[in-house]
Amino acid sequence: MNKFTVGIVVFPGSNCDRDVYWALYGCLDIKTKFIWHESSDLSGIDAIVLPGGFSYGDYLRCGAVARFSPLINSLYDFVKSGRKVLGICNGFQILTESGFLPGALSANKNLNFICKDVPLEITSSKGGWFIKDNENNHINLPIAHGEGRYYCDNDTYKELVDNELIALKYLENLNGSSWDIAGIINKKGNVLGLMPHPERACDKTIGGIDGLHTLMSLIT
Amino acid sequence: MKVSIRLRPSVLDPAGEAIKSAANKLGVDGINSLRIGKLIEINLNGVEEKDIERKIELLCDRLFANKVIEDYEYSFKKIDE
Repeated sequence: MNKFTVGIVVFPGSNCDRDVYWALYGCLDIKTKFIWHESSDLSGIDAIVLPGGFSYGDYLRCGAVARFSPLINSLYDFVKSGRKVLGICNGFQILTESGFLPGALSANKNLNFICKDVPLEITSSKGGWFIKDNENNHINLPIAHGEGRYYCDNDTYKELVDNELIALKYLENLNGSSWDIAGIINKKGNVLGLMPHPERACDKTIGGIDGLHTLMSLIT
Repeated sequence: MKVSIRLRPSVLDPAGEAIKSAANKLGVDGINSLRIGKLIEINLNGVEEKDIERKIELLCDRLFANKVIEDYEYSFKKIDE
């Protein structure tokens, strides 16, 4: 086992925290620690995952209440220190609500909860979260959300493009996201938010390993 | 105090579109657009009048609405007890 410790934040209503634990510890042998959202102690933690789920029942807006937890408050210094933060699905929604990433997530265009493996294009290698090369930039990851339609205005989109901050795009845009955006990175490169679930694609026996690199990059 | 929150005009409201379609099926025509918002009612007590607007702005700006996709407006009235 390596020396890094990844913290998995647990909010009331998180439901992918155990999946992330399995992917990190079970598949990648990375030491993990569950952190209750009311804790603000991130000492000894090298990277953080905000997992998927329905924090606070998604009341008001997805992620709107979770952003006021003590843990999110201490995340600002954590991110400033350059350590990595990965927000998956509800975690992505929390990152946009908290201002770590621009834009917002809203109800899917067809109003359905969409649960499906989808083809994606890697559009940036910034931060090392994904490998973009000239040969094959396509991966498949599962999505499972009702409110994953990414929205940002034209100026924000231009900034995302100019700084290579769009990490992933849907090749099949089922939720109606602006410009097919599935995941974005902050300017520093140490925060990634995405709607697809890399932690559910870390074992061949359950359908694929296209998510392994992203989780591994938490400690590299 | 009443706060209403609406999706910005540039943001698609798929739920509003679905209700509009149902309204047409009900036989009500002439609906040009239909958009769904939220209404929050708050009863304040013991807050000085000069502080009310500052407090409500803070709530709207930081909690009730996400200004990337939503607009808000509010009104309040004094209730004598």
